[in-house]
Amino acid sequence: MSEQSAILDYPEQEYILPGNRLCAGCGVTIAYRFMLKALGKKTVICVPASCLTILHGIYPKTPVMATTVNNTFASTAAAASGFSAAFKATGREDWHVLAMAGDGGTFDMGIQALSGAAERGENIIYVCYDNEAYMNTGSQRSSATPAGALTSTTPIRPKEQFKKDFMKIMDAHWLPYMAGISSAYPADVYKKFLKARQIKGTRFFHLSAPCPTGWFYPTKDTVKIGRMMVESCIFPLYEIEEGRLSLTGKSLSIARSGGKKPVDEYVAIQGRFKKMTAEQVAQFQKHVDEQWEGLLARAGF
Amino acid sequence: MESAVLSGEHFFNGDVACAEGALAAGCRFFAGYPITPATEIAEHMSKRLPGVGGHFIQMEDEISAMAAIIGASCAGVKSMTATSGPGFSLMMENIGLGIAMETPCVLVNVQRAGPSTGLPTLGAQGDMMQARWGSHGHYEIIALAPSSPQEIFYQTITAFNLSETYRVPVLVMADEIVGHLSERVIIPDASKIKLQSRPRPKGRKDRFKPFHPGPNGVAPMAHAGEGYMVHFTGLTHDERGYPVMTAEAQAEMMERITGKIRRNLDKIIQVEKYRLEDADIAIVSYGISSRSSQAAVDEAREQGIKAGLLRLLTVWPFPEDMIRELARRVKCLITVELNLGQIHLEVQRCSEGKAPALLIGHAGGSAITPEEILEKIKKQASGS
Repeated sequence: MSEQSAILDYPEQEYILPGNRLCAGCGVTIAYRFMLKALGKKTVICVPASCLTILHGIYPKTPVMATTVNNTFASTAAAASGFSAAFKATGREDWHVLAMAGDGGTFDMGIQALSGAAERGENIIYVCYDNEAYMNTGSQRSSATPAGALTSTTPIRPKEQFKKDFMKIMDAHWLPYMAGISSAYPADVYKKFLKARQIKGTRFFHLSAPCPTGWFYPTKDTVKIGRMMVESCIFPLYEIEEGRLSLTGKSLSIARSGGKKPVDEYVAIQGRFKKMTAEQVAQFQKHVDEQWEGLLARAGF
Repeated sequence: MESAVLSGEHFFNGDVACAEGALAAGCRFFAGYPITPATEIAEHMSKRLPGVGGHFIQMEDEISAMAAIIGASCAGVKSMTATSGPGFSLMMENIGLGIAMETPCVLVNVQRAGPSTGLPTLGAQGDMMQARWGSHGHYEIIALAPSSPQEIFYQTITAFNLSETYRVPVLVMADEIVGHLSERVIIPDASKIKLQSRPRPKGRKDRFKPFHPGPNGVAPMAHAGEGYMVHFTGLTHDERGYPVMTAEAQAEMMERITGKIRRNLDKIIQVEKYRLEDADIAIVSYGISSRSSQAAVDEAREQGIKAGLLRLLTVWPFPEDMIRELARRVKCLITVELNLGQIHLEVQRCSEGKAPALLIGHAGGSAITPEEILEKIKKQASGS
């Protein structure tokens, strides 16, 4: 199926209506819209304190046409486990349980509940939308913040540690399906969600969601930045089905035909990286290259 | 090295004033986790601590933040964390551990309205009973309640001094209004700030009993790596720190950890008596609510009503004797607080029926106004 016809096939039903309280240029909404289109109306969403609760708004002023429960910060995957169990107990297994938390609520605080749910194989779809810091409380560093970034708790010297490789952690749970997706590639998001909804068990998505407010770039550049992350292989698009890794979309074409871009421009246009030295940028490039080589090898290139 | 004590006149919000108070008190380790309305304390500490030879860690949640400061304190560094309602709930188990292991540390709770997510950006004083009884088991704790940025600066220092003196976690129960209110804060010369340190062991290392009480009921504290044989445990333990699973050992340990507070109430409890000498109507209040109360008392006096204010700087341990004494000589007691009656219950208990104990309180989200308080004072004065 070509991408063109896929777009024509999208359901017309919208689950996120125009107008919400998120910052202008937020990357989350773009992907979220296509995720919900793919899952359909029989979906219940579990959300902790996060930017996503800002999108959901103050009920009844909400742009989201889906049943949502607001759980405590550490408990997203646990709350979703409860929903999934109840749907099973009441014979409503045609419902999807979507657990969606930010990088703070996943990489840091939510990891215990998520690991528990993933090991048990709960029938849930978990999405970590990753804007690389605690953006809802004003940009404090998280373990998803890349080395070299300034945040409000690494205000003088940028963060020194590399971003946690969360996909590797989830991969160690032997999941039936997991994927890296980007809000700059909504068609890829939609396709992967169509696939994931047919699979039972814990499915995990790592969604790259650029954040103009915390990354310090113009709001119009969200898609551009998202694309740069994929084009420079900082955030590759791929999926892992029963342990088999395949690159998808732009990342697949880079693997096949080359064209990988250096990280320099991506670093240069964001205010959060303004204190990075040339040496740190080189280190970042080396780290990205190593990760990418690993993915290529695993994907059979 | 930057100066830890920024002597001079400043315009700070309460959160920043709290962080500066901690630095002035000698705090050199802060572990925190972002949460409104306490995040600014962590952010300020992340900026300031490296410059004064301290260390800041942003932890992965509040459970670990509380655990980290207990660890750092055991290694000999004055340590603090700061949070609000949901994070405070997560810290409860480790507060109990800190009490059982007699570990000095300071926890700031910039209260917001709860339960649960509640009103994250609006103030309340709804965690006062949680501060007292939130961790499981029976214990004594010290909790202070600041009413302004200037006061939170001083109270954070006091909190460190009390926690060091009595080897107990001390809570600074601020609220969103105090935390986000910007006012003048005067920081004195470092030489004018009196600091206390935990009692330290002397003598033979092989005969050291880590929980053997000193003269004021508090055991000297050895730090990790000094060569003393110390076993820190949350299990019931004897003076040697050895776990002992008997009712007798439990009673003995409880006597140690509660007795050191109960026997020093006169040194721990601080209140401010405002126009109380000849008062008929006594307001009991603390934190931000005490400021509205003070304005109401002044206005009532203007109108010829003998009102006064007992302002609790220390909320826990509760000044039971003062309330008892007050109840015997006033016509009524009115507790003013941003909850639906928590400290009010204590005032009621301690007034022992000698004077009616009334409440002015609401569930949080805005400050109580002087007008509301004045109205109740006038109603009581007129006997209607």
